[in-house]
Amino acid sequence: MSRRYDSRTTIFSPEGRLHQVEYAMEAIGNAGSAIGILAKDGVVLVGEKKVTSKLLQTSTSTEKMYKIDDHVACAVAGIMSDANILINTARIQAQRYSFAYQEPMPVEQLVQSLCDTKQGYTQFGGLRPFGVSFLFAGWDKNYGLQLYMSDPSGNYGGWKAGAIGANNQAAQSILKQDYKDDITREEAVQLALKVLSKTMDSTSLTSEKLELAEVFLSPSGKVKYQVCSPENLTKLLVKSGVTQPATDTA
Amino acid sequence: MECVFGLVGNDFAIVVADTSAVHSILVHKSNEDKIMFLDSHKLIAASGEPGDRVQFTEYIQKNVALYQFRNGIPLTTSAAANFTRGELATALRKNPYSVNILLAGYDKETGPSLYYIDYLATLHKLEKGAFGYGSYFSLSMMDRHYHSGMSVEEAIDLVDKCINEIRSRLVVAPPNFIIKIVDKDGAREYAWRQSVADTPAPSA
Repeated sequence: MSRRYDSRTTIFSPEGRLHQVEYAMEAIGNAGSAIGILAKDGVVLVGEKKVTSKLLQTSTSTEKMYKIDDHVACAVAGIMSDANILINTARIQAQRYSFAYQEPMPVEQLVQSLCDTKQGYTQFGGLRPFGVSFLFAGWDKNYGLQLYMSDPSGNYGGWKAGAIGANNQAAQSILKQDYKDDITREEAVQLALKVLSKTMDSTSLTSEKLELAEVFLSPSGKVKYQVCSPENLTKLLVKSGVTQPATDTA
Repeated sequence: MECVFGLVGNDFAIVVADTSAVHSILVHKSNEDKIMFLDSHKLIAASGEPGDRVQFTEYIQKNVALYQFRNGIPLTTSAAANFTRGELATALRKNPYSVNILLAGYDKETGPSLYYIDYLATLHKLEKGAFGYGSYFSLSMMDRHYHSGMSVEEAIDLVDKCINEIRSRLVVAPPNFIIKIVDKDGAREYAWRQSVADTPAPSA
């Protein structure tokens, strides 16, 4: 049904749908999930890593989390190569702004600018949309800490907690139940790990399958983006009761 | 012979500009307002080619307004100054604007500030600044009498000293000046200093 309206990305179907955009969101539904939670003293981003081979070089690069500017970071879900293009675009937009205004780009403006780019691919050019959803975490002096979610249609919203990728609906409903407005960064980390453990397909959660990043203000007032080391992540997983502590082998 | 100068007080900034519009040896008018309201809390005092002055300052003013419409928040004075400088810099090596600007503004978080932007896209954040031949006199007067944290009365007193110096010492001194102030309550006209009023047309 409506197959004849699938091939051209930038036309409506008779039912008024943009099939290519919807198919892009389908693609993201098969990708590794990511969760973002806005706490009163920081924003927490947790991602599920899909590529977990021992052979993978994981020295400094991350699979899910990327820094866009000193005050904004994002988690991705979807086609990684598409994500790389958009992350590069976002980085350029952020630098272009700070070149013109000598100030960091307000987070919402950055998200909006990137989403305007994504929207273009749903309206003209005959190119397919990007198969990526983002969770943006950042701080600016206008609105403090913020969390935004965006999808291939170019739509975005500001959220207190959000989930993208596989099982995002299940994750979103657990978040809705358990999120409290005055949650701290520590509690948010625990909540995010708990939610991921419930929605991820794998039987056990280890630090190899996850990435954790936090955006917060240091005591000196500077915005910090910190990716959790595997050792600390393991400790956190044990603390949240998600994994059993490693038992000594005889 | 255009005179523009300004200074920063304890919680306000003042800019002063002469009000003569001159073409060669003819004075078109002596009540030309060269200090534009960039937004509710910013003033832009400009001197230079009349066409460029109006074109460029209006362009900046409209871009500042567009930013506020698009993003729901105003630009800080620093951001507006850097944006203005950027536009001058981009045009400089293609089709430059011959405009010198003193940008004064008040931000809630950082208080009053003054930015000196010349036609070559030089940007300086200053406590006191001036352009034109009048700057020889106004800068000297300000160097002598300015101190940081001046009250409005002290600042206006200094402004009058500068205007008197320009009037008495500059060979073709502009007769009239306009003074505008910006503080937490916004930007507004403060006063005129006129020594030659425009003569009204004779009645029939």
